[in-house]
Amino acid sequence: MSETLAKQTAQIVPGGASKSLRHESARMHVSGNAAYIDDLPEPQGLLHVVPGLSTKAHARIVSMDLEAVRAVPGVVCVLTAADIPGDNQVSAVGKGDEPLLADGEVCFYGQPIFVVVAESRGVARRAAKLAKIEYEERPAVLNIAQAREAGGVLVWRPLVMSRGDVETGLAAAPRRLSGQVTVGGQEHFYLEGQAALAQPGEEGEMRVWSSTQHPTETQHMVAHCLHVPSNLVTVEVRRMGGAFGGKESQANTPACLAAIAAHATGRAAKMRLDRDDDMMMTGKRHDFVIDYEVGFDDAGNILAVDMVLAARCGWAADLSGPVVDRALFHADNAYFYPDVRFKSEPLKTNTQSNTAYRGFGGPQGIVAAERVIEEIAFATGLDPLDVRVRNVYGTGTRNITPYHMTVEDSIAAEIMAQLAERCDYRQRRQALREANKSSPCIKRGIALTPVKFGISFTATHYNQAGALVHVYTDGSVQVNHGGTEMGQGLHTKMVQIAMREFGLTEDRVRITATTTGKVPNTSATAASSGADLNGMAVLDAVHKIKARLVSFAAEHWKVPEEGVQFLPDGVQVGEQVISFPELTKAAYFARVSLSANGFYKTPKISWNAATGRGRPFYYFAYGAACAEVAVDLLTGENRIERVDILHDAGQSLNPAIDIGQIEGGFVQGAGWLTMEELVWDDTGRLRTHAPSTYKIPACSDRPRIFNVALLEHSPNQEATIFRSKAVGEPPFVHGVAVLQAISDALASLNDYQTCPQLDAPATPEQILRTAERMRQQASH
Amino acid sequence: MLDWLREDRRRTGTKEGCNEGDCGACTVLVVRLEGETLVWRAVNACIQFLWMLDGAQLFTVEDLRSPEGALHPVQQAMVDLHGAQCGFCTPGFVMSMVAYCKTPGASMEEDAINTALAGNLCRCTGYAPIVRAMKQALTAPGDALDTQTEAIKTRLKALADGQTVEIKGPEGRVTLPASADALAAAYQADPQATLVAGATDVGLWVTKGLRTLPHLISVGLVPDLHKIEHTPEGLRIGAAVTYTEAKEPIAALLPDAGEVIRRIGSTQVRNAGTVCGNIGNGSPIGDGPPLLIAAGAELKLRCGDVHRSLPLEEYFVAYGKQDRQPGEFIEAVVIPQPQPGTVFRAYKISKRFDQDISAVLGAFSLVFDEAGRIATARIAFGGMAATPKRAPATEAALQGQFWTEATLKAAQEAMKTDFAPISDMRSSAWYRQTVAVNLLTRLFVETAPEHAGTETRLAGWKEQAHV
Repeated sequence: MSETLAKQTAQIVPGGASKSLRHESARMHVSGNAAYIDDLPEPQGLLHVVPGLSTKAHARIVSMDLEAVRAVPGVVCVLTAADIPGDNQVSAVGKGDEPLLADGEVCFYGQPIFVVVAESRGVARRAAKLAKIEYEERPAVLNIAQAREAGGVLVWRPLVMSRGDVETGLAAAPRRLSGQVTVGGQEHFYLEGQAALAQPGEEGEMRVWSSTQHPTETQHMVAHCLHVPSNLVTVEVRRMGGAFGGKESQANTPACLAAIAAHATGRAAKMRLDRDDDMMMTGKRHDFVIDYEVGFDDAGNILAVDMVLAARCGWAADLSGPVVDRALFHADNAYFYPDVRFKSEPLKTNTQSNTAYRGFGGPQGIVAAERVIEEIAFATGLDPLDVRVRNVYGTGTRNITPYHMTVEDSIAAEIMAQLAERCDYRQRRQALREANKSSPCIKRGIALTPVKFGISFTATHYNQAGALVHVYTDGSVQVNHGGTEMGQGLHTKMVQIAMREFGLTEDRVRITATTTGKVPNTSATAASSGADLNGMAVLDAVHKIKARLVSFAAEHWKVPEEGVQFLPDGVQVGEQVISFPELTKAAYFARVSLSANGFYKTPKISWNAATGRGRPFYYFAYGAACAEVAVDLLTGENRIERVDILHDAGQSLNPAIDIGQIEGGFVQGAGWLTMEELVWDDTGRLRTHAPSTYKIPACSDRPRIFNVALLEHSPNQEATIFRSKAVGEPPFVHGVAVLQAISDALASLNDYQTCPQLDAPATPEQILRTAERMRQQASH
Repeated sequence: MLDWLREDRRRTGTKEGCNEGDCGACTVLVVRLEGETLVWRAVNACIQFLWMLDGAQLFTVEDLRSPEGALHPVQQAMVDLHGAQCGFCTPGFVMSMVAYCKTPGASMEEDAINTALAGNLCRCTGYAPIVRAMKQALTAPGDALDTQTEAIKTRLKALADGQTVEIKGPEGRVTLPASADALAAAYQADPQATLVAGATDVGLWVTKGLRTLPHLISVGLVPDLHKIEHTPEGLRIGAAVTYTEAKEPIAALLPDAGEVIRRIGSTQVRNAGTVCGNIGNGSPIGDGPPLLIAAGAELKLRCGDVHRSLPLEEYFVAYGKQDRQPGEFIEAVVIPQPQPGTVFRAYKISKRFDQDISAVLGAFSLVFDEAGRIATARIAFGGMAATPKRAPATEAALQGQFWTEATLKAAQEAMKTDFAPISDMRSSAWYRQTVAVNLLTRLFVETAPEHAGTETRLAGWKEQAHV
């Protein structure tokens, strides 16, 4: 359907899909009038909601004295678990293990226990500090090691993936080695913190403006907490100031708390978290400890891989199940393992409930896969790039993943070859090693790593989307869909699809806020799937309207249907070109419906966790990055000197936006693996809860030389929206090249004889520790 | 200032990202008249008090378009070059970029642009398109604000009445003394008052500590204290002088100190924060004090009409305790002219190069005699103890010695006895101790002639003469 109708558009309108177009909000962004939740006009009588947080990692609440809080002038009420009209529950996966407000027990330091509702935010913040809470402390389990020691309580069923016979494969391998890699977590640090505004309406209605990636889930949570049906709750979001997965499930808490405050008072209520509270309360990327054993031969061929991937999940399940599963889905990265077994350990801990974060566990699995490559390279004396190319998925053979899906389009080897050539990897590697010999303090390293990233929600039912497109009689178009805009340019791409199909310029197509009132039962904008799913739904809606217009025009102007074509700024009807508004007006008078909803579900996919088999992904996105770094061996300081990226966005929907996703994703991924470090103290209190202590990359941390290119002539082999590929998460993984390059620089300390086994994050301290260990090895 | 903008004036273009001066989303432009020149500075609205605008004009992102509605060249460049993704940090970036465009001598050099934008965090773009936009905007001939220059000057001149101002509010009062004498009198009358220079620390007491401060006395707006002077004693930096203003004069004496100052806070923080305020708050992790201690600086204090001075290191008595009497305030700090034969090096070590609090800051001043021996050594560290602290054993190990491998080894052994640092979220005690010792190696490699030309730094290396 889509292919034939698309062919009707003889010429692509300027800025239409597949062309670069600036972000639909760009002019508003730079002018300061793009509104985020806290910028919306405040309803009369608006109240402000501030949480009171636990100061123990695990304890029974013996008593709560909130009198002093209530006594503060300007405080309207203080709400606790007992004041929630419906379910005190925000578990995103329906596990029932995540109370909205602590009820008798706190399970992490920073858990919301009560909320203060006051006339001003300042009053509420000060009042919240006056609570007297008596705790009876219980043993707290703070990290993976402690969780294992305490018996390894899990928040989710463990997953096992296997193919072949790993025991036999390992036993038969000429060489084998084992090791462990630690991969740190990551704070999302969306610049706009969590925020929601709730306004009560008639007969129990609740309207919620929320900075959420998942309006439908927020709607459900609010409805459950208020004990009302979903049809009374409308959730709307125009845009978010960044999300990165951190507002997929974590946005529900502020939305529900604002809603219960609005419900309790009958007044509008807003909860906008202070940055410190946001970081103390909300989940982060999961940190992992991954144990690996690999069998291989002298030529660097991988024969068998056995891995156990343990994750710190925090106090509740949240999305940890699918996140940790996805780490397994990517622990092969782009490589074929003849015999393989992966096991997960989603461990429960008394820390923030870790959650979705760009890549959703995948990057952690890939770090382990690349460590294995590196280990084999040092063990065999091969260039790691040769080990990579040797083990990459084949076409026709050696193409079955550990979850028994066939890789049909393995292009990782080709991308690596192109990139290595383009950035002169071999010669530069040689030159750096030579130069390192005469540089006692600063050493340089280089690495080229691929990414293969599976696209689709592994929860198959999520792979659906809806859209609602209106054409008005003046020929202007309004597009709505179920996806949310968090900066990734999704709305721009959706506008571009309508532009291209109708032949309209940008000013004729308007996108509106995402709202559960227009498109219901949507999925989270996550898993890189926003454009894939919603783009097809928008296209479906547009095609329905186009089909009606074609049929009407053919009849009205007495031409065959093939004679009606949508051109840039005009419609060819037989011999004449009439304007789009003229057509739509005539259609209206002829009583043709100019509004349609669209729907899409991803074909071909299925996944059975019980058997560990299926085709969870519609397709794979690929890419490769080459990073060169400089490392100071006296201090562990490091700098990214140059990065070259070649990335596969299929037939890009918007090259400028996709390049932006790649540049931004890379820097975020590099930050994760270098300077971004989460530190909890012995009481379970997060000590890095603000940008003063948690350091994301700053302007000078981007690579000094930064070349990003899209892979050319690479349409998606699957029939995605205009043959594009998802581009949100895969480029994040390119940061792995930085970790490997730092490791390469460190290897110089022992004349490149041993694998540095550099763990992440590679902070200056981590690097210096690794350097000290290397020096000791070298001296023995 | 940020709450006033967003809540009272509903100027919501200025965003709150962190409320502690670290993300730059609330960056605004403050213009002041200095002599006949308008000086435009980007500051973080979140940690500025509204009264600090006394005598200044404030510009927010809403003020940038031309009267006809055209985008400012910076805004246009950000649109053209895809500099905004989620857009939340964008107004703050735009304001920092406009400030940079208005900085005399603003260059296209990436290092300079990085420094100008170090105080603005972006989580989406990876900064590359923003830097491209910055470069495009720098090619613009000017902006609509330029046409207002005379009107702004007239307005600001009219505001400068030279009077001490008292402001009373619901939570307390503020005194803006018109002179150092007025400051001395006001503080003596109420020694419990809180002194505020640039508010880059005190601002946090309010935004994060939720403290109520019943009486604030401004140091930062006292004209007598807003002076940098070359005196017989050395370079005298008044208590109202910001890091931005002090950077070049200090760098002229001690180039490496200038490089550390470039990395203190961010452009916005240095535009507000003062050198003396960084001393006054007594933090063990301030970067200014160890630099100045190694340089042999003297602190000038005043209480009423009584003036006294003391070596800077003696000011820091213990954690949270300084040698300052009730009603006494810092007037200035004086950095002596380095003696001939001085080698000064300063190394700031942090998780992130820009806008990060140091895990360790080491400052070294070695004076070589004509024979090539180390005649005197002054070494001071931040982050290694409860106060900024000298390294007496290390200094003793160096004094009178030729600068050789053996001297280095002896100094490194001595260093281990000078400090017993703590572990915290920035780094472990092990890291601090190891790095402190290793920085002696860096110092040696950089200053021993046989290692000339060896690369030793990833940030802030400026070619300097070897001994």
